[in-house]
Amino acid sequence: MNFADIQQQARQEWDALQHGEWPVVAIGTATCGRSAGALAVVKAFEKELAEKDVKASVVEVGCIGPCYAEPLVNITKPGKATVAYKNVTAQMVSEIVDSYLQGDDPLPQYTLGTFGDGKIKGIPRILDTPSFKPQERRVFRNCGVIDPTNINHYIANEGYLGLSKALQMTQQEVVEEMKKSGLRGRGGGGFPAGRKWEAGLNAKSDQKYVVCNADEGDPGAFMDRAVIEGDPHSVLEGMIIAGYTIGADTGYIYVRAEYPLAIRRLERAIKQAHEKGFLGKNILGTDFCFDIKIFPGAGAFVCGESTALTLSIEGKRGMPRVAPRPRTTEKGLHDKPTLLNNVKTFSSAPMIITRGAEWFASIGTEKSTGTAIFALTGKVNNCGLIEVPMGITLREIIYDIGGGIADGGKFKAVQTGGPSGGCLPESLLDTPIDYDSLGAAGSIMGSGGMVVMDESTCMVDVARYFLDFTEIESCGQCVPCRLGTKQLLDILKDICAGKGKKQDIDLMIELSHSIHGGSVCGLGQTAANPVLTTIRYFRDEFEAHINDKRCPAKVCKSLISFRILEDKCKGCTLCAKSCPVSAISGEKKQVHVIDQRLCVQCGVCMEKCPKKFSAVECVSPKIPVKEPMEVVA
Amino acid sequence: MEERLSAVLSPYRGRQDALIPILQKVQEELGYLPDDAMLEIAKTTGLPESRVYAVASFYAQFRFTPRGKHTIMVCRGTACHVRGAEKILEETERTLGIVEGETTEDKQYTLETVACIGCCALAPCIMIDEDVEAKLTPKMVPEILNRRDEA
Repeated sequence: MNFADIQQQARQEWDALQHGEWPVVAIGTATCGRSAGALAVVKAFEKELAEKDVKASVVEVGCIGPCYAEPLVNITKPGKATVAYKNVTAQMVSEIVDSYLQGDDPLPQYTLGTFGDGKIKGIPRILDTPSFKPQERRVFRNCGVIDPTNINHYIANEGYLGLSKALQMTQQEVVEEMKKSGLRGRGGGGFPAGRKWEAGLNAKSDQKYVVCNADEGDPGAFMDRAVIEGDPHSVLEGMIIAGYTIGADTGYIYVRAEYPLAIRRLERAIKQAHEKGFLGKNILGTDFCFDIKIFPGAGAFVCGESTALTLSIEGKRGMPRVAPRPRTTEKGLHDKPTLLNNVKTFSSAPMIITRGAEWFASIGTEKSTGTAIFALTGKVNNCGLIEVPMGITLREIIYDIGGGIADGGKFKAVQTGGPSGGCLPESLLDTPIDYDSLGAAGSIMGSGGMVVMDESTCMVDVARYFLDFTEIESCGQCVPCRLGTKQLLDILKDICAGKGKKQDIDLMIELSHSIHGGSVCGLGQTAANPVLTTIRYFRDEFEAHINDKRCPAKVCKSLISFRILEDKCKGCTLCAKSCPVSAISGEKKQVHVIDQRLCVQCGVCMEKCPKKFSAVECVSPKIPVKEPMEVVA
Repeated sequence: MEERLSAVLSPYRGRQDALIPILQKVQEELGYLPDDAMLEIAKTTGLPESRVYAVASFYAQFRFTPRGKHTIMVCRGTACHVRGAEKILEETERTLGIVEGETTEDKQYTLETVACIGCCALAPCIMIDEDVEAKLTPKMVPEILNRRDEA
């Protein structure tokens, strides 16, 4: 079958679903939806519809984006706008079926808003809300819209059109289009993708490889998983186009073993692409042959580095090659030229070919075109995956899209770039999001984690947290990284434990520069960023820990104490009963007392004390422990 | 064990490049990587035993001791960390009476931590086998474990 026929068949199936007589119930069942209970919602819909004999098509779709509102259900009745229901529970399903599918009341109190043409009374249009207005879903174009297990849904939405166009272009023409688009590597490094593809094309070899990095090791980032789970074919299509462009016949997807659903989705997508003739021999009737294999990564953060990743596929320890090393595009997997890009980079390629480089570069900034994807999490009201034009400010993301700080807290810092990135303070909230501006501020774009922190987050503890991570993940071959991260971590642990010394801050800065200069790979070179940025912007917190033995955020256990306020305690005994070390004494209806010598600062008493009393207080510096008074004879 | 092991290993004779998938398959079958299995993998692939161990010990996924019936993984991702993962871990340790890395005496639960399970928007969370328990407070931990024990 030629591509036009494949496309027509796919469109018929898609149109029959979208414009048929039955309402469509689309339920987001990516991993985050599932952890919020989406599969129970699917079952509830199927049961309700069958029992009440209501005709509707139930479709499982990928991540819709606003994770805080999971499970999400989008219902489209013929000729009407789509109604998005938030935080749907199995109990709500019966009500929704009765009121909206059998009746005409969409139950506005359960909705997030509407999508698409047409207005529904009492429900706002989602794209008009502050949370969605600044967003532009390009890489996420199909996530939450199509059924990721149905290749026809993808094809009907411009899927594999880019491949079919690319196969009619010369390899050089594809490279030129990629270069013109200005797309930069979405794994975080930001290397121009077109130039990398060109290097892959120019490399001379009888065997070349394409590798997709889906190892997403940054704690706090999950967008690659969402793209694979919600739109796996876009990644495959990008890789196939890349294979054609550089002249490779084999592709590997290096995906975290901790992402079982993503792996299943990829396996299924690869099988379907074979059946349609997008993978395998003589793709779409041309001479081009290409196949894709999945390699489940076994868990090592350093394998995000390209030379480590290729060694891992070869069955070795993922230790980055020592400099001077050839570029992966010259000598990569099995020492052959290898084009390695991130999930989102590959997923962007088909739309660049389909819609053109100019369309792609029409949003974003001059040096960072297109959109950026962030996993917006932490102490912010609207957590979730967002896609925004490059150049938008951190303030817009946190306050408009994120809806401000959760629980009425006060903003303190925003962390981007994971363990290689940095923490930026309030004064930098107007920094535009692009590779160069974030770099100048001391952080990095990274793969897209964005964690918001409020006054209850201790910045010294955050620096310690990241060093704890890099110290474990350091592969160990460079001394500055292996021992340097350990020394940094030890100093930070001391400061958190109230054993910080005056010279520690300067020592950490000096050590950080040595680690940066003396490590061969990105992990070591950026390992000290969380320390350097927290010292740069939150030096007063380090000084409070070191000089006053005080933790302003009241997080570091060695620097805090709990006490019971005499005027508020009603003697309910809840705290005493739950104290794991029996440090609290007091009779019923009498004021209770914490024995500071026994207390381990677990905070259980504060959590158990009923809100209406709020009789437990956390203080820093510590309450001095009184020695038992000597009995004077 | 020997039969199960040779069934897993038979397609991989001499396949040194497939060491990581082999380790994954063996662990999937046996639950962990016992010494005998490591030796058998070395023989099958033709790699020195030290190389097999070097690779297996490099990656976080592989373990050399058996686990309990259920595995609890407390997420230590950044989002979980700022939303109180440390307290969740402490409460889980208290409830089970073991610390991170240990298995309960009745071999029901193994407690581990994980760098990130990618449910950051629902932080803090833990994963019990394949199920994610989201938006936790320390108070909820004993309730969840009790509910599972009763079920």
